[in-house]
Amino acid sequence: MEEVSLLKGNEAIALAAIRCGADGYFGYPITPQSEIMETLMAQKPWETTGMTVLQAESEVASIYMVFGGASTGKKVMTSSSSPGVSLMQEGVSFLCGADLPCLIVNVMRGGPGLGTIQPSQSDYFQSTKGGGHGDYKLIVLAPASVQEMADFVDLGFTLSSKYRIPSMILSDGAIGQMMEKVVLPPFKPRQTAEEIIKQCPWAATGKPANRKNNIISSLELDPSKMEKKNVERQERYRIVEATEVRYDEYMCEDADYLIIAFGSAARISQNAVEILREEGIKVGMLRPITLWPFPSKVISKYAEKVKSMLTVELNAGQMIEDVKLAVNGKVPVLHYGRMGGIVPNPEEIVDALKKQM
Amino acid sequence: MSNPIINPKNLVYEKSSVLLDNTMHYCPGCSHGTVHRIVAEVIEEMNMQDKTIGCAPVGCAVFIYNYINVDFAECAHGRAPALATAIKRLNPDHLVFTYQGDGDLAAIGTGETIHACNRGENITIIFINNGIYGMTGGQMAPTTLVGMKSSTCPYGRDVQLNGYPLNITPLLAQLEGTCYVTRQSVHTANNVKKTKKAIRKAFENSMVGKGTSVVEVVSSCNSGWKMSPVKANTWMEENMLKAYPLGDLKDK
Repeated sequence: MEEVSLLKGNEAIALAAIRCGADGYFGYPITPQSEIMETLMAQKPWETTGMTVLQAESEVASIYMVFGGASTGKKVMTSSSSPGVSLMQEGVSFLCGADLPCLIVNVMRGGPGLGTIQPSQSDYFQSTKGGGHGDYKLIVLAPASVQEMADFVDLGFTLSSKYRIPSMILSDGAIGQMMEKVVLPPFKPRQTAEEIIKQCPWAATGKPANRKNNIISSLELDPSKMEKKNVERQERYRIVEATEVRYDEYMCEDADYLIIAFGSAARISQNAVEILREEGIKVGMLRPITLWPFPSKVISKYAEKVKSMLTVELNAGQMIEDVKLAVNGKVPVLHYGRMGGIVPNPEEIVDALKKQM
Repeated sequence: MSNPIINPKNLVYEKSSVLLDNTMHYCPGCSHGTVHRIVAEVIEEMNMQDKTIGCAPVGCAVFIYNYINVDFAECAHGRAPALATAIKRLNPDHLVFTYQGDGDLAAIGTGETIHACNRGENITIIFINNGIYGMTGGQMAPTTLVGMKSSTCPYGRDVQLNGYPLNITPLLAQLEGTCYVTRQSVHTANNVKKTKKAIRKAFENSMVGKGTSVVEVVSSCNSGWKMSPVKANTWMEENMLKAYPLGDLKDK
């Protein structure tokens, strides 16, 4: 029988990282995600799996330690919360420019600025549209439970190394801090040096006599070559958009109205759907699991069936822009959001939906 | 008739096998070429080509990987010590070094440099100090001397306006994590030999886990200084070496 644990979302991330064979974690403390590094340090994985855990001097150093580790083909990760992730954006752009796989966890808090330590989803734009400079994308996974926090660590690493695109788990303070039952993933051994050389022939692992020196770089001064590099990267993004979209549907089949929400907002919206259904109102919920690639096609399909859509977000209305692009004016799309660390209750969402009926 | 120079009997010096054949893009008189050559020779002599990972800087020496034939990770400006930290910790049997200029190490990357040294990372930091931003066209660096002209202090560095030159190497020598901190130059044959010895010692320290080694090389940037190569070397001796005197600062 599977072993069930009662864990915080942040603890689940840490334990899942050790279990899925991560080589290194580099981070800097910030609320509400410090339990990730605390759990890792308490576990001392360097004595068991050989995983390195290091507290860096800043988020800037953390993301570049991730860059260094990823350059050598290792499975490396960092975690932070909104202000810290802002500080990492230069490094994120460099990681994308050098096509390096890695995992970044953002347990979002309210902003802008120092903002609040309470949950928020106001980093949607930063995560899905490219918070740093240049044309790039991250694979963005939005967990809505502690179980998904655990599951998305391995998924994030797998997708990232498959496409050589950094993955991000975009969570929030509510999912990071709440405790739920969770089944942790089974132990996977870390990759050996030989396996890394075989699977990452591009990595800086030390130049043997029979190959050229490997250079991890985002620089190309010849514009025609630089454009080619960018075009190749965009083609890879199109493949990800075609094959890696993930979402969850709840009571959508006969729905007249569709709520679209991710992460903790989706958990609350699910309750709102249940209340509305009891009142005989046919409402469903679509929960994007990948925020990029965004489930545009399925939303576009529902735009042919439902009367209107409501996005519920812990922000001023960010994902709604992607929903509107998918809907393309076919039905009204409205937004209900709370900011500043306020989490709505299901009744507020019920009222918001009734207003648009 | 064979060329007597290629008779192995007569061979007194040859290009390191760890140097690639690409023509260097550095200006005539620049110190980078000499330091690159020394690094390649030491890697060859230590038989570490297949176990070396270099961290390339931003600036003129970003193309170091076109000349030294080992694997490289190219770093954002100032971040090399953070990359090197993770590379070495995840690959402890590898020789890991950073190659950084004064703007990189002592301005934008001061935090990364001090903390990597303070943690005693088993890496070597090669610090090229020429008192100017070479690649971007000769702007003021943290190590620009008082009164020295640059494109962003065209009337000379004024301490009221720009503050003082940052003499960072003695500061790094104070940190518990550094095992070897030295300041060298490559403007004479004798100094080249001393710098080579210093880099060899630093690389050996990195492989036996003694802590962080820092080798500063006071260098000339004759293009940035707007001088002939010969004049630049003389100016360096008379001015730079007074502010940044050569020798070992720490050897434990």
